Amino acid sequence: MTNPKKAINVGLEPVSEQKEQFSFRKQVWRRLRRHKMATGAGIILLIIYFLVIFAGFLAPYNHYETYKQHFFHHPTKVYFTDEDGLSWPYVYATERIGWGEYREITDRKYPLKLLHRGDKYKFWGLFETDLHLIGVEQPAHLFLLGTDNFGRDTFSRLLFGGRVSMFLGFAGIIITTFFGLLIGSIAGYYGGKIDELLMRLSEIIISIPQFYLLLALAAVLPVSISSSLRFLLIVIILAFISWAGMSRVIRGMVLAIKNEEYVRAAKAMGASDLRIIFKHVIPTTVTYVIINATLAIPGYILMESGLSFIGLGIQEPDASWGNMLTAAQTVTKITNFPWLLLPGFMIFIAVLCFNLMGDGLRDALDPKTDKS
Amino acid sequence: MYAYIIRRLLLIIPLIMAISLISFLVMQLAPGDFLDTMRLNPRISEEYIDQMEERFGLDKSIPEQYFRWLWRAVQLDFGRSFKWNVPVTFIIKSRLLNTLILSLAAMFIGWLFAIPIGIYSATHKYKFSDNLLTVFSFIGLSIPSFFFALLLQYLVVRAGIDHPITGMTSIDYDWLSTPEKALDVLRHLFLPAIVLGSFQMAGLMRRMRGQMLDAMTQDYIRTALAKGLKERIVIYKHALRNAVNPLVTIFGFQLSGLLSGAALTETVFAYPGMGRMMLEAVLSKDIYLAMAGLVLSSVLLIMGNLIADILLALIDPRIRFN
Repeated sequence: MTNPKKAINVGLEPVSEQKEQFSFRKQVWRRLRRHKMATGAGIILLIIYFLVIFAGFLAPYNHYETYKQHFFHHPTKVYFTDEDGLSWPYVYATERIGWGEYREITDRKYPLKLLHRGDKYKFWGLFETDLHLIGVEQPAHLFLLGTDNFGRDTFSRLLFGGRVSMFLGFAGIIITTFFGLLIGSIAGYYGGKIDELLMRLSEIIISIPQFYLLLALAAVLPVSISSSLRFLLIVIILAFISWAGMSRVIRGMVLAIKNEEYVRAAKAMGASDLRIIFKHVIPTTVTYVIINATLAIPGYILMESGLSFIGLGIQEPDASWGNMLTAAQTVTKITNFPWLLLPGFMIFIAVLCFNLMGDGLRDALDPKTDKS
Repeated sequence: MYAYIIRRLLLIIPLIMAISLISFLVMQLAPGDFLDTMRLNPRISEEYIDQMEERFGLDKSIPEQYFRWLWRAVQLDFGRSFKWNVPVTFIIKSRLLNTLILSLAAMFIGWLFAIPIGIYSATHKYKFSDNLLTVFSFIGLSIPSFFFALLLQYLVVRAGIDHPITGMTSIDYDWLSTPEKALDVLRHLFLPAIVLGSFQMAGLMRRMRGQMLDAMTQDYIRTALAKGLKERIVIYKHALRNAVNPLVTIFGFQLSGLLSGAALTETVFAYPGMGRMMLEAVLSKDIYLAMAGLVLSSVLLIMGNLIADILLALIDPRIRFN
């Protein structure tokens, strides 16, 4: 069988510009790259993912390590100059002079060390090591963004905590998309009683205010389970409360596709239901699914951090951006130690980038919005 | 139209039944009950706890408990709260009112600014001001409500502004005169309403802009401009009326978003609304309170959607119900 697209393509081969127009993927890529905000957002997201994946190595400290003598320590000041002008960056050790107040001991300089051997951590859970990108000798500390009420390094916890927020959204959307597609296409394709049942079910889920349902379900999780199991269960809960909306949209699309001529032709030729669903129905919904997934990730990040913020999500001592922000809940603390608000900024930046990227993707994938 | 409304209302009944069943099952999933915490307290006698257990019917089987609850709920008796030891309706009444006040204030802020800004953005497409507003709307959509709330509190305290940052009323509220009371509530309402309202505003103005842009490319707009009508009239009379219609459907969904989003904002501002009540009820396993909260907020959400549908039919002559 000859591909009509290819035939045209061959005929127009000498004109390179027109040849490019036939590749949908290339066109999408070009449109996406032209969207400067979306590209920038994508790059920032890549950087964040890089930071959280290599958190163990990049963070100066282990995120569980508490320095009780240095709680609510202000960000350590790094000096780049001394009396002889420019010098290798160094810090001073500090001592506590009051509640959350510290003074530098300027007797001795502690230079920053590259590939410093500090706290032990498990690299990707595989092997134990104590190698960090930077660090300083004790008794000086390198708290780049200050410490929390237990004297834990905020910067290190931000990197480790980011793992939860950045990967929970992904895991959630994959599960939701799977069930949304499955249920939506079954309901739309078969219709009748199955359709009726599934849609009534989704209506029930949609009719309960989402966050209240989330609260009730998250309260069911026992306190004693391990953090990775908890992570998994939260993902499942998030997927449970969000499949309904998606499956309804997919069902609508499937209903429209079902009566298209090519689907009817496939049926007449004796294709099985499964083949039709996987070959014809699901590929048509791909554009919607990709856009929807990118735009839904921020919602998951917000829900998880909200849950963790009120103490129902990821539990201490494990870090997540949401539960780190809990420490900032009293006004006196945030006014005295404003760096406690930083996890909130991280959530904000991650969500903003996903929103911008989703917007760019929608413009790029949806031919209706072609402005070129 | 009336037949349609009645049919929709009748459909709500089985839906609410199903929601109540799901809420009940979810609450039963949680290990232990409220009495477990009481048992740990040595000062509460065994007999008292047994008495409580019998009174609330916690010794019965789960299906029986549900039907007992349902039977009483039909008569609008939603049981008693374990924690506060008063009828659930008593607590919910005041909390629901507080949340509605907050939600309406937020909606007011959202719609008041979103519509004109959306129109302005659409008529100044891709100009600097439009791009700036787009950036703002993305910020508004992306900032987590609880973080924004904390940030506002921080800024108010840092700037030394004498403005209440928590609660719904001042300590001396009971001694104030009526106009002073209203002013006091409004002052407390201001920050939470800004947090919730700005999120709404961001979403609405994006939609308004999109709808306006869509409407302005239609043929009838070109015709109107071609026959020499003033641009102002074309924008406000022809394009705007058609662009606003779809926004009405959002109105219903907003109720849901507000109820959900309000929970976190209420927690940060210590505002005595439904969201905070739900959180406390769920945490202390106060099942009747939590169930009543879930069911009533669902009713609110469903009614909101119904009202939105009816409103749409009223303002859009193209839509007719049969």
